Amino acid sequence: MISKPILVLLAFLASLVAFGIRVYPRFSHMMMGQKADCFGNWLERIKALLVYFAGQARLFRFKDTGTAHFFIFWGFLLLFPTILQGILEGLFPEFVLPVLGTFGPILLFQDLIAVAVIVGVLYGLYYRLVVKPERYKKSHQFEGSLVLVFIFTIMFSLLCTNGLMQNLGEAPPSAMAGWRPVSAMCGSLFEGMSEHAQHTLKELFYWIHLGVVLVFLPLLPAGKHFHVITSLPAVFLRNLEPPGKLSPAQTFDGLPGVGKVENFTWRQMLDWYTCSECGRCQEVCPAYNSGAPLSPKLLMMDLRDHLYERGAALRRNGRTNNDVHNPLNKPLTGDVIADETLWACTTCYACDQECPLFVEHVQPIVDMRRFLLTQQRVGNELMSALNNLRRYGNSFGKSERQRALWTKGFNPKIKDIRKSPAQTLWFLGDYASYNPTLTEITQATARVFTKAGLDFGVLYDAERNAGNDVRRVGEDGLFELLRQKNKNALEKCEYEQVVTTDPHTYNTLKNEYELNGKATAVYHYTELLDKLIAAGQLPIKRKLGYTVTYHDPCYLGRYNNVYDPPRRVLKALGCQIVEMPRNRDRALCCGAGGGRIWMEEQNVTERPSENRIREAIGLTNVEYFVVACPKDVTMYCDAVKTTGNENTLQVKDLIELVEEALQDESATATTVSAPADSESTHS
Amino acid sequence: MKDDICVVVETLRGEVTDTTFSMLAAGRELANGLNTGLTALLVGHEVQGLAQNLGAADKVACIESSALVDFNPEAYLRVIAECLKAEPPRVVLFGSTAMGTDLACGIAMQLNAPVITSCRTVAVEDGLPTYACLTCGGKIVAQGPIPGPMCVVIVMPGGYKAEQGRIDKTPAVYALATPAVDGARTVFNQYIEPEVTDVDITKESILVSVGRGIQNQDNIELAEKLAAVLGGVVSGSRPVVDQGWLPTPRMVGKSGKMVKPKLYLAVGISGAPEHLEGIPEAETMIAINTDEKAPIFDVAHYGTTADAVELLPALTEKLKQA
Amino acid sequence: MDIIVPIKFVPDLVEELEIDDSTGLLDRTFVRMIPNELDEHALEQALLLKEKQGGTVTVITLDYGDVDEALFTAKAKGADRIIKISGDDFDQGVDNHATTAILQQAISDIPFDLVLTGTQAVDDLDGSVGPLLAARLGLPYVGYIVRVASDNGTLTVAKEYPGGLTAEIDVTMPAVLGIQAAEKPPRYVVTSLVMEAMKSATIDEQGAGERADEPLAEVSGMAIPESGAHAEMIAGDAQEVAEALIGVMREKGIVG
Repeated sequence: MISKPILVLLAFLASLVAFGIRVYPRFSHMMMGQKADCFGNWLERIKALLVYFAGQARLFRFKDTGTAHFFIFWGFLLLFPTILQGILEGLFPEFVLPVLGTFGPILLFQDLIAVAVIVGVLYGLYYRLVVKPERYKKSHQFEGSLVLVFIFTIMFSLLCTNGLMQNLGEAPPSAMAGWRPVSAMCGSLFEGMSEHAQHTLKELFYWIHLGVVLVFLPLLPAGKHFHVITSLPAVFLRNLEPPGKLSPAQTFDGLPGVGKVENFTWRQMLDWYTCSECGRCQEVCPAYNSGAPLSPKLLMMDLRDHLYERGAALRRNGRTNNDVHNPLNKPLTGDVIADETLWACTTCYACDQECPLFVEHVQPIVDMRRFLLTQQRVGNELMSALNNLRRYGNSFGKSERQRALWTKGFNPKIKDIRKSPAQTLWFLGDYASYNPTLTEITQATARVFTKAGLDFGVLYDAERNAGNDVRRVGEDGLFELLRQKNKNALEKCEYEQVVTTDPHTYNTLKNEYELNGKATAVYHYTELLDKLIAAGQLPIKRKLGYTVTYHDPCYLGRYNNVYDPPRRVLKALGCQIVEMPRNRDRALCCGAGGGRIWMEEQNVTERPSENRIREAIGLTNVEYFVVACPKDVTMYCDAVKTTGNENTLQVKDLIELVEEALQDESATATTVSAPADSESTHS
Repeated sequence: MKDDICVVVETLRGEVTDTTFSMLAAGRELANGLNTGLTALLVGHEVQGLAQNLGAADKVACIESSALVDFNPEAYLRVIAECLKAEPPRVVLFGSTAMGTDLACGIAMQLNAPVITSCRTVAVEDGLPTYACLTCGGKIVAQGPIPGPMCVVIVMPGGYKAEQGRIDKTPAVYALATPAVDGARTVFNQYIEPEVTDVDITKESILVSVGRGIQNQDNIELAEKLAAVLGGVVSGSRPVVDQGWLPTPRMVGKSGKMVKPKLYLAVGISGAPEHLEGIPEAETMIAINTDEKAPIFDVAHYGTTADAVELLPALTEKLKQA
Repeated sequence: MDIIVPIKFVPDLVEELEIDDSTGLLDRTFVRMIPNELDEHALEQALLLKEKQGGTVTVITLDYGDVDEALFTAKAKGADRIIKISGDDFDQGVDNHATTAILQQAISDIPFDLVLTGTQAVDDLDGSVGPLLAARLGLPYVGYIVRVASDNGTLTVAKEYPGGLTAEIDVTMPAVLGIQAAEKPPRYVVTSLVMEAMKSATIDEQGAGERADEPLAEVSGMAIPESGAHAEMIAGDAQEVAEALIGVMREKGIVG
């Protein structure tokens, strides 16, 4: 009969070896990846660890499961000494951990924690098996439930072992004194049994407890529970660059973009290991929820599985061959990840914002799009837009000389900042300049700026598309070309700050242009108005008294954290804001971003913009749907029409309300069809 | 044929094309003005029967051979070149078509004559023949004299309606010796029929036609809705079909179909000549284009620069309510 | 298969065109010259043939002043050789006779099976490049091509007639083809590859030789067409215009 310590030792070693065998390939696969610079800034990283790892901050965005996970996570961590105790007492009979195994209050704490974990686990099981949320679909649900059962078993067997030890008088003194009431309760389940039976049962529970732990360990690297190990390094080494700053394209075999999984960085691979398949990203994804073929969660899982498969195959024979079943012949894009999946993304950042483990979804999509473009796997519409952008610097295919047509009729003429210095450079963006439906809003903006006494100028024909969505679509080279052209024009001008009405333009100017030396202050017009109001420089003549709802643009809100300035402006105008259920960093994207406005519409069940309008219709008494992005104006005006809500809700750009509030009390609000003199009022 | 005005007749599957009649109208104008004869050159196999339709001409010269049944670029080029070299005309007219443009330049080079492309109209003033061409997408008219002693002119339809070239007279028909055509480096194989569809835009009386200005495929839905309310169908210009937004049978224009509807709504169509060739007559044409200088407004009866994306749904709504 | 693709630059019709009062011809000061759209199709067709059957693609153009980017783009798309021919006052526009005479000289030492070029260009006044070049070279020409297939040395093309009808024609090479549409839309090549080509590739530069005079039709003047008729324009917002148009349609008996 082999002694217990030997058995425990063997079991422990077997578990370690099994774990090692399973974790090593994961590590070597990661070493196939490209290098990544995710170090430095240690203080900020430690802070992030405290807030997001220890504090589980993002998990609480889904309150109930977040709370359950908080207890399971902390419970497990705090009960780790008990596992240690289990192993050590197996190896060294009668061993008791000092303090952690003897001190009364700590024992009580452990008992209570175990209850919390059990409650958390039971909630988790209820959520999985009864509620069955959509976001778990296609995740490894059996594994999820199994692990919950494991954890329950570990906790319950722990309590029972402790309880039985108390019954048999073998527990530490403080436990015997009553510092383990829950264990005692579990022990009372077996009170009626003979001492011999209780001894056997105690051993059984001991082995169940230890066994499940030792089986759990090697299972970790295999699936979604790898995050138990990788979450700490993942959160610690997360990307600290601004969200609105993408990593530039890398070249492999002469082509930009990622065509093979090993062209990703090791840090990106770590992300896929860390994905716990929770599906929160999928829950907030506008593409997924409109029926488009993209789920950020499935994307991460597919990349992870493909990495495993390809890594293993490379280690085995390291060559592609004619075998159709050879994983090495499976192309990353087109097979593992479908082209439509990659093109469906609007780059709204909802997924990256939501993920508790800071897994990045947008960057790998852009990386793969870069590759698709080199293979001409582009739709005709997008190709046409890119051709226009390259030849004319705008996606409309119109001449540069038409960019400033909207300025016709302004008296005095809008300042040409190429010729005369101004305090503020107004960088318009393509949509505000070229789209005929937006001309009025652009002109209103100019009138408001003038009334506010702002010294501003525009670049006229020298402006080009800022390139934000060109980059998101995967044409990094064209982005760099446009950026260079714009910077050349900017270089020749004198200004102190930049303002734009377009959040996409705002994002790239602020985060990717590096306008150093000159003006580094880039504002969205709502930020500028907010400052002007605070300084008393905006001559608001009346309070509008409207009840409105405000839609946070993706590139202003989630990407750049500008949530309050527009709201303050609305309040200053005397409007009452009713928030939509999904507001601020939960706002639903209109669907135009990421170049999608340049692409053919995919077959969708419901357009994100229509879904959003319906959300707004659900609010009571709201008259206006207020936006702060030119693309939002066009998308939501369309959506109001296509959902048949023209008589219920009206879309207004914030600037229209501002202009209205600047008019004298006696004047009535008008939408002006021709630009007015800067000093006259309208009636 | 010498010193005559010569029109090279185009036939397709046994029928004389409308372009030929436009050419005959132009040729007639030149012949009258220069006081010379108008000869139609008819090439094919057993085509003398078609000659009676060519009454606008004084004479019809026929070159017939079984090798010339269907248009064969090289064979046609050879026989026509030989014939014209033997009796050089004053002006040779070709159609601006798949057939005419294969031949015109080759003939011009062989006859050492200048060639004028995209000619819309001709005129004779004081015994001097002149041409007017439409170029640069219809945005520019170029004019000049038709030089002597010989010139090749490629005629674009649009300057003369086909009716102007249909004259009810019987021309004198004679046969020319057929030069040898073996060894031609092009050989006609077969025709490939266009796709069959349930919609024949040539038979529809109301067409809502979309061009590049519609901007994206989704907006075509707006045109479909309007067409449905009007009881018509959607058609389009070549760029829209090339993009795959509409199937080929819906294409209006030189490479597509010729339509004669009661109402032609041109949405986002600039009015390039190739497209206008497809609408020789529409009873009422309404053009919607944000570019007020678009050539389409020169041909349409009514026009507006309103944005189609707003106007089409507005029209649809109002028509529904009516 | 070795293919030559001559590319002609034409005025970009996106811009407004004006007449130069002093010459009576097109004012080229602000005109942007871009590659003829159908020549881009010809290049695409040539590249498709090269991908299927191997061979080389040579792109050649006259130097209108700003042609390098287009040539490097062609190289990045897959062309093997890019050639530009310079001459005096090409930037004032070169007629097709001069263009084809220059091309004939320039390609006289390049072996080829096919010349593919657009079946027409927007600014053609004296014929088109394809058939003129074919005549000079003594080669067969077929235009309005929408499909090119080569099978064991036999070239079969589809020639487009109105209404979607096409004719299948066999052509003996070497030959010149006028492309109406490539089998796929002209491909998009990413900017970084064009930049790469700009750094690593070279453009063969040649000078245009002497050319003999040839009979040409003179252009005595150009004008922006003034039409006799112009559409009756209806102004207003979408609602107002819709009302007005429906009024017109009622008048004409198109709607009840």
